[in-house]
Amino acid sequence: MIQQKLREKAKELLSSKTVDLIIGYGSWTLPLRTTPVFIRAPEGVESLVWNSFCENNLTTYLHKFSRLKVGVVVKGCDARSVTALGLEKRFPNHRPLLIGIPCQRMVDRKKVKKAVKGEILQAVEQGELLLVKGEDFNVTLKREDFLYSVCQVCTHRTPLHADVLIGDPVEESPLVDLHPDVKALEGKSPEERWEFFQKEISRCIRCYACREACPMCYCSECFVDSSRPRWIEKSLSPSDLAFYHIVRAYHQTGRCTGCGACERACPMDIRLTHLTQKLNQEVKGLYGFETGIQPETLPPLSTFNPEDEQEFIK
Amino acid sequence: MKFKLDKKDFENFLKDLMETYDLFAPVQLTEGVSVFKKIDKPEEVNLTQLVPQKSAKEVFFPQSETMFRYEMSENQSPIVSEQKIGRERVLLGARPCDIEAIFIVEKVFIGEDYTDVYFLEKRKKTTIITLACNHPLTTCFCSSTGGGPFRKDGSDLFMIDLGESYLVELLTEKGLAFSKNRFFKEAGSKEIRLVKELEEKAAKKTDSSIPVEGIEKRLDLMVESPFWDRIHEKCIGCGTCTFLCPTCHCFDITDEATNQKGERVRNWDSCLFPIYSLETSGHNPRPTGRERTRQRLMHKFNYYPKNFGRVACVGCGRCILYCPVQFDVREAILYTSSRRTEGRKGKFK
Repeated sequence: MIQQKLREKAKELLSSKTVDLIIGYGSWTLPLRTTPVFIRAPEGVESLVWNSFCENNLTTYLHKFSRLKVGVVVKGCDARSVTALGLEKRFPNHRPLLIGIPCQRMVDRKKVKKAVKGEILQAVEQGELLLVKGEDFNVTLKREDFLYSVCQVCTHRTPLHADVLIGDPVEESPLVDLHPDVKALEGKSPEERWEFFQKEISRCIRCYACREACPMCYCSECFVDSSRPRWIEKSLSPSDLAFYHIVRAYHQTGRCTGCGACERACPMDIRLTHLTQKLNQEVKGLYGFETGIQPETLPPLSTFNPEDEQEFIK
Repeated sequence: MKFKLDKKDFENFLKDLMETYDLFAPVQLTEGVSVFKKIDKPEEVNLTQLVPQKSAKEVFFPQSETMFRYEMSENQSPIVSEQKIGRERVLLGARPCDIEAIFIVEKVFIGEDYTDVYFLEKRKKTTIITLACNHPLTTCFCSSTGGGPFRKDGSDLFMIDLGESYLVELLTEKGLAFSKNRFFKEAGSKEIRLVKELEEKAAKKTDSSIPVEGIEKRLDLMVESPFWDRIHEKCIGCGTCTFLCPTCHCFDITDEATNQKGERVRNWDSCLFPIYSLETSGHNPRPTGRERTRQRLMHKFNYYPKNFGRVACVGCGRCILYCPVQFDVREAILYTSSRRTEGRKGKFK
């Protein structure tokens, strides 16, 4: 069982002092969720869990613990974040040790909540089924129908460049360049797309959960926080909200692994990955580049190659 | 004074109300996401989400609020205040926890030494119609913080969902202004009995075991506790919990101006943001998540109680429900208490 193997490996890494700290997933108070856990002592590994609710991208914590030797539990997408961060020279002291687990794709807790009426009190996985209980209901759902949309189009479920792999590699899904929802939006007129974008971001409360959940957002001063120069105001005007979200997406171009941590963190359910997924597709089409796959290839917007497409220069 | 309001009349009741008042109530922005907003059409009102993401605080203290506008010109008065709100308001559909929270924020905004005119104006002109919680969530712990799912304090009218109708109780002078409402019918003993049943059932569901009492004294001894070294670790430093919290009330004032005109705006701020405490010199007295998380919890459970005699938490559970990493304030409270030992020990170790 993966969870047991994970605990054993974590214990070994801590006992041998290969790492000072293990960041993994633990169970906590709410159903359909796990919580990040930080383990320093070998006996603490019993709190590690592995299931379809391990949705957080834990590599966002690596910036916080850059002075320690850290072992981090990663899914396919999270491992790509580490490769991308390595290219940006984020690990000058210790490269984190990646404990990779081939991902079964994570369950979208918001989709499950929408499928039932009333509060969910318990959710248990049983193979490909989800047994969900509430006060007045007890339903069995197919896990497959409740996956995160980014997981549905994932093609790198087995973590690449992992130091330790727990469990067998999975067969990768056939390539789908965009999620059907994003594809549908792509097919609409510019006016309709702008309307969709405006409507989504109108719910933004500027809590910056999307920024903080993202491992690639690590600037010591984000442009929204700069006061000299002041790039953006702090209110909720449509132009400021649009400015924040467009710049955030642009800063991710060629750097985003498509893990969807931003969207999962959003308390207002803004469909942020519609924008980033499309940008990832553009980068792939133009430069044949996918973030966090090749540990030696710099992201296209961080480098220059005379063979690059030059069509935009007239 | 108790009345019955049939649900089939509810939309017309709202329509009537909107002729005299500006109505504020929960609106669903997308499935599973609600906020309190000014209502344009009665059918927008949606009372299905027990705790909307943004609380009723926003009706009195909006996330972004223009204080005054100014324009450079030779003949006109250059400053126009935005203090006055015009029509009287009704806040409908907020739960007892949100109402309790308004009084917590009020103690800061309307004090002996200082009165915030923007908050005061909205408070004076608002009639509060609270909705009881028949089905509290497992994250609700209002009974631990001095409240309860049927707590009426602070409400002008109090509504209880009876299925096909609402029981409406008029509690204050502002509430009695509704006594002649054409949709109110006499409530019978059947309705009163049903209310009692619902109230007892709901009371059993909220968690009253979270040891909030005396927490400020316990925290006095914990300022340099190793507890803070660990509890902040999983916090990613976003502002979700503080922005969704009905009692958090920090703000930042900025001028948004072009060459000749502009406005002074105040926006919610969060003690979890690094720039919140960043000083002009570049020094930050709260340099890491450890100090910032401590500030958030100390303000709610130590500084505020010392100033105003109760904790600045109403147990609504928003910070638990919507936290991207499941930081659970109940666990933090439990940790301060010796009662944490059974089955909970070690969570922060």
